[in-house]
Amino acid sequence: MNEHLFQYLLRLGDDSLILGQRLTEWCGHAPTIEVDLSLSNLALDLIGQTTLFLGYAGEVEGKGSDADRLAFHRDAEDFRNCLLVEQPNGDFAQTMARQFLFSTQSVLLLDALTQSSDARIAEIAAKAVKEVRYHADLAADWVIRLGDGTEESHARMVDGLDWFWRFVDEMFEMDAAETALVQQGIAVDRAAIRSAFDARVAATLSEATLAVERCDWPLGGGRSGRHSEHLSRLLAEMQVLPRAHTDAVW
Amino acid sequence: MSKDWPLWEVFVRTRGGLDHRHAGSVHAPDAQMALRHARDTYTRRMEGVSLWVVKSTDIIASDPAQAGELFEPAESKIYRHPTFYELPDAVKHM
Repeated sequence: MNEHLFQYLLRLGDDSLILGQRLTEWCGHAPTIEVDLSLSNLALDLIGQTTLFLGYAGEVEGKGSDADRLAFHRDAEDFRNCLLVEQPNGDFAQTMARQFLFSTQSVLLLDALTQSSDARIAEIAAKAVKEVRYHADLAADWVIRLGDGTEESHARMVDGLDWFWRFVDEMFEMDAAETALVQQGIAVDRAAIRSAFDARVAATLSEATLAVERCDWPLGGGRSGRHSEHLSRLLAEMQVLPRAHTDAVW
Repeated sequence: MSKDWPLWEVFVRTRGGLDHRHAGSVHAPDAQMALRHARDTYTRRMEGVSLWVVKSTDIIASDPAQAGELFEPAESKIYRHPTFYELPDAVKHM
């Protein structure tokens, strides 16, 4: 088994899985029926991408696991998502702050991955980048509306972003495994897309009359399985049914 | 919140070459968000290739109370339908 590739696919798949699962928590609770549908659509796109990335991960691992097996039968310490995506939804502004930061990063990553030397990854990225481009636009739109909205919406957007600044750096962290994949042309150097990310975030926040904050104590660890306590609770809800009824089909 | 937002009528073109057809309506604070909501509400099952949104208040509708004088006179004018012609067999799709 190519352990580096397997881990990389888990990182990609787990990011979209955990964020998708978080977004489904809004289903039936969003401010309006239209926003409810729009959040569900984002979630469904992300779960679709997960199926492709984790499906491929299962093949690379070669132990007979499919995407469902990997999603529902791993424990928190085996998940490789970044900490940002597992953070709680908070209010609508906090959810949009998280979506904006993640999707802005994701567009750049997936766009570069369409040139991956691994044909499967390039193919998945080509499909996913179209979806994520819409997510990034939608989230930036809401960040601007709320930031440049009323006094209350502005304050909520500031609070929403404040929750997430400490998790931004982790999205661009590289380690030996990913660096090796970059050298083979399979992965993308995350550090190399950072300046484009910073420029896009700065442009949107300036339009939103919001400030970019730098975090002095960035948090990480998600890529090696060290997660916040929020992930375990999310997984408990997501995994309870297939674990309790292993043969359940729907 | 939704009822504070104006209503927009949504028109979807299902395929190139076809007309935009009325699909329904969405609430949205402005035109740009109305398009997003229309996209998320009415094209999630590949229903469309193009969208129009129009503010519901910008549509001028006929008065239902006038339906009698507006539409009933047409009922007795069957000669306006070209159904009295004998069509040659070679003509299809009429």
